[in-house]
Amino acid sequence: MKALKFLLVGIFFGIVLVKSEAVSWYRIYEMFRFQSFHMYGIIGTAIASGILFLQLSKRGAIKSIKGADIFVPKKEKGLIRYIVGGIIFGLGWALIGACPGPMYILLGTGVWSMVIVIAAAIFGTFIYGLLKDKLPH
Amino acid sequence: MESILNPWPWYISGPLIALVMALLLYFGKTFGMSSNLRTMCSIAGAGKFADFFNFKWKDQVWNLTVVLGAIIGGFIATQYLSNNSGTDLNPSTVSELQSMGFKNPGQTLVPNEMYSLDVLASPKALILLVVGGLLVGFGTRYAGGCTSGHAITGLSSLQKPSLIAVIGFFIGGLIMANFILPLIF
Repeated sequence: MKALKFLLVGIFFGIVLVKSEAVSWYRIYEMFRFQSFHMYGIIGTAIASGILFLQLSKRGAIKSIKGADIFVPKKEKGLIRYIVGGIIFGLGWALIGACPGPMYILLGTGVWSMVIVIAAAIFGTFIYGLLKDKLPH
Repeated sequence: MESILNPWPWYISGPLIALVMALLLYFGKTFGMSSNLRTMCSIAGAGKFADFFNFKWKDQVWNLTVVLGAIIGGFIATQYLSNNSGTDLNPSTVSELQSMGFKNPGQTLVPNEMYSLDVLASPKALILLVVGGLLVGFGTRYAGGCTSGHAITGLSSLQKPSLIAVIGFFIGGLIMANFILPLIF
């Protein structure tokens, strides 16, 4: 079944983020207060491994399941959207201590009030959709 | 077994997160968790209000399946793969948070002061959760990605827009943790 592999990747992702404590509100706070290396170590080694994987695939050493080249979509050029949108995201990230992945994962760990955060995040995305054409990008 | 039940060190966790990205790329998809928020808007009928939500959301069902898996993964990790050892925070983080009124820093994944169901009866906690969710949902779409799409995938593929976005994430996070949270608590 096609969907099963995505379900399994999701389960693996959820387990890794809980066991790494990346879903901990306190770890996010500690990171933004520069009081621990933990989160920087996680993000740093994730990016380093990611670079290694993508460089190997770029050289044709790794292909996709269908035998095609590994493809990473290019982000559009821009400045304002990335810096302003990024700052708004960061303010929310440090307040609730969770970015979109951990929101779902924390729900699974039994933090039921996360439903409110997820609903608000969906609504925030909706507001962006309404204002998109009026915002500088 | 002990090493699985204890929290995992950063040098194991980071590469495993990259593996998640690699697997999704290998399956011909991408690693981006915030896209699901847009998909959920679309499913709920937001396309009637903004063209941004008019897309074939059925092509995104695979990503919603990842979300479902992530929820299950969170459950499995806490129920079967943990020993409730708590988070080994910097002692100065703990005392700082205690002086702000957080009772048990690191004993749970999220502070009861914000997330416990009793606290939800107080307007303050409810407002914080709603405001935080709105900021994340709005900001991530404006920036075109979140931690998975920009910080992991974007930086791994050496994209400048993602670097700008991640710098933005950090500016926002630093302002919140260092200047705004102390005013709230």
